[in-house]
Amino acid sequence: MALTGVEIFKLLPKTNCKKCGFPTCLAFAMKLAQRQASLDACPDVSEEAKQKLGEASAPPVRPVTLGIGEKAVKMGEETVLFRHDKKFVNPCVFALAIRDTLGDDEIKNRVDTVLHSEIDRVGQKLKVDALALIHESNDPVRFGSVAGMVAGMAPEVPVIFCTSDPQAAEAAGKIYSDKKPVIYGANSGNLEAMAAVAKTNKTILGVAAKGLEELAALTEKTKSLGIEDMVIDSGARTAKEILEHNTLIRRAAIKKNYKPLGYPIITFAYRDDSLAEALIAGIGVAKYSSIVVLNSIEQWKNLVLFTLRQNIYTDPQVPMQVEQKVYKIGEPTAESPLLITTNFSLTYFIVSGEVENSRVPTYLAVMDCEGLSVLTAWAAGKFTASKIAQFIKESGADSLVSHRELIIPGYVAILSGALEDKLDGWKVTVGPREANGIPAFMKTRMS
Amino acid sequence: MTFTPSKETYTGKVYPVSVGTAPHEVVFGGENILPFHTFEGSSPNRPLIAHEIQDVPPYDWPEYLQKPFQDVSNDPVSWAKFCQETLGAGAIALRLIGTHPDRENRSPEDAAKTVKEVLSSITIPCIILGSNHTEKDSAVLIAAAEAAKDRNCILGKAQEANYKTIAAAAMANNHKLIAMSELDINLSKQLNILLTQMGFDKERIITDPMSSALGYGLEYTYSVMERIRLAALTQNDATMQQPILADVGLYVWKVKETQASENDVPQWGSLEERGIAWEAMTATAFLLSGAGFLIMRHPKAIEAVGKIIDELI
Ligand code: SF4
Repeated sequence: MALTGVEIFKLLPKTNCKKCGFPTCLAFAMKLAQRQASLDACPDVSEEAKQKLGEASAPPVRPVTLGIGEKAVKMGEETVLFRHDKKFVNPCVFALAIRDTLGDDEIKNRVDTVLHSEIDRVGQKLKVDALALIHESNDPVRFGSVAGMVAGMAPEVPVIFCTSDPQAAEAAGKIYSDKKPVIYGANSGNLEAMAAVAKTNKTILGVAAKGLEELAALTEKTKSLGIEDMVIDSGARTAKEILEHNTLIRRAAIKKNYKPLGYPIITFAYRDDSLAEALIAGIGVAKYSSIVVLNSIEQWKNLVLFTLRQNIYTDPQVPMQVEQKVYKIGEPTAESPLLITTNFSLTYFIVSGEVENSRVPTYLAVMDCEGLSVLTAWAAGKFTASKIAQFIKESGADSLVSHRELIIPGYVAILSGALEDKLDGWKVTVGPREANGIPAFMKTRMS
Repeated sequence: MTFTPSKETYTGKVYPVSVGTAPHEVVFGGENILPFHTFEGSSPNRPLIAHEIQDVPPYDWPEYLQKPFQDVSNDPVSWAKFCQETLGAGAIALRLIGTHPDRENRSPEDAAKTVKEVLSSITIPCIILGSNHTEKDSAVLIAAAEAAKDRNCILGKAQEANYKTIAAAAMANNHKLIAMSELDINLSKQLNILLTQMGFDKERIITDPMSSALGYGLEYTYSVMERIRLAALTQNDATMQQPILADVGLYVWKVKETQASENDVPQWGSLEERGIAWEAMTATAFLLSGAGFLIMRHPKAIEAVGKIIDELI
């Protein structure tokens, strides 16, 4: 269990010397309890206290960083079970499986797909983050040479080596010894040998078990061998098992601060059917996996998975608003229609979607109304004739179009007269009330 | 430190809701656990997926979504039969989109006629949806409810602006009712309370917290659903124990990702696979967050989600 501020306080020197940057030991203890300070800040804390507090103050899911440099990805550090409570912290890593039984050309192709998997979505650059090399050849030398090939082609991409053969693990591990890969494949049969490989090459160790109980026992043992950075696999492969095991793991870590399962989870989503694999991966994204390994990464599938990951890992605290500006839909010209609406994100999503649907290139002016929908914003006095007029001028919307016609939502038809008074020389047209009327509205205008 | 899984015991339970008539009646809901958490409780009924059909040809759907229905979609009766017989649908959701004043503006009488014809051609349960025009829906759904009398359909959607007339029509003709509000747990709750205050049986309501598409607000719907389920189960909040609807197809098939061709956006890959996956992933996310009843469009997306449900239960 996590310690309370008072429990932590009892373990501190109680001298109030302020070296930690806080006025009193108690104040420091309170910050520690909230995980907003690190124990290292107190130089005088006893070894015994360090040990007790270190255990208790570590984050419930251990932070583990896969890879090094710019392409390194952070995992773990999660603090909640439900995304509405607090933002999920480190987005799940997607890895493409590459079997060492494939021909060299095919391997190169697959590495290449990963290198070119980046897609830009609403300003974020998203990509397949890692490679998972799967040892199927039974030949440690082959595994090592594939590792060498991958290191040559994609030296910066983080790698997960999947093998339960310590010799193969060593062959690959030594090539990546300064790159923080995962060596996945410690199990109850090979733990000591695999732990030794992970230790010599300073890698993360992937621990695989059949069931949660065995998994907890294995991570404890691994820790006693001096390895702290782990990713864990309970053996869950079906959708039902993934949901159940991942939920119980996250619950144990967050609610009970149960350390033996407080590690990032690796999930193998393999399915012959690519859509089925995408959906299984989706369950991993929503339900607490930190790494999802995939058989294939078609572009459509990447877009679907990246978007889901982005949605699930969005900060729920951020208000439901989009940025105030004039959005281009399609490739509008000076003759294109100009529409206005409010900046409630859903209003924006729905209106822009329907404008998109109409296939008419359009300027959509989105006005800051503190995230209220059209009717509510109007009722609250935030979407009024004078404010709209001011926004049209200040946003530069009037210089984007050569015509002088503004289309307003049907719900605020009542504003059209006042708005024409305020916007000199402009014609105000009343659009449909509901967004789903936009395509028909645009069509009749065009004809 | 041996491991003992921490199992939750939930105090509340989701109502089971039945739709259709014997021997083809289907029940969904009824679980006393978070979605698919069968390791700590029971979930006696499978989530229901209804195939969406419309009263007018779906000319606004992307071509590759129209295609599976090209021989039947100009007639709702053939379309309904096709879903039941060829696609093996578990239920039909008939959306009377043609009644919308900005569309064909069909009359309530025409809509009622369509409902009657469709119902007499199928045995599986039927969900009857308006065009989401609050005023027009009042008139259309009253006529539709009468035309479907005693078939135990689900009528929708009742919203704050029109719930009284629609709920009365559902009550008078023995239907279940979809209560929709806009992405706010308190609004959902309030609408359920208003409905029960007018004498509508709370166990005949299905809550629609408003869907959204992957990439377009999915996270809001997802979290509202999770919060509704937590309120129902952990706080035993009787006003939040209705099964949840995710009206997936309606939102998915108008976003850019299901429309833009591979020529226009080469980095997005195959349009058809992308669109199908978009609908299937949106549906899967909502199953995980609490939906027990889905309305979907593409047969391949429905099939894929059906398989995921098989794997989850
Ligand atoms: S540095 Fe340590 S001893 Fe000094 S005030 Fe802070 S907690 Fe107390």
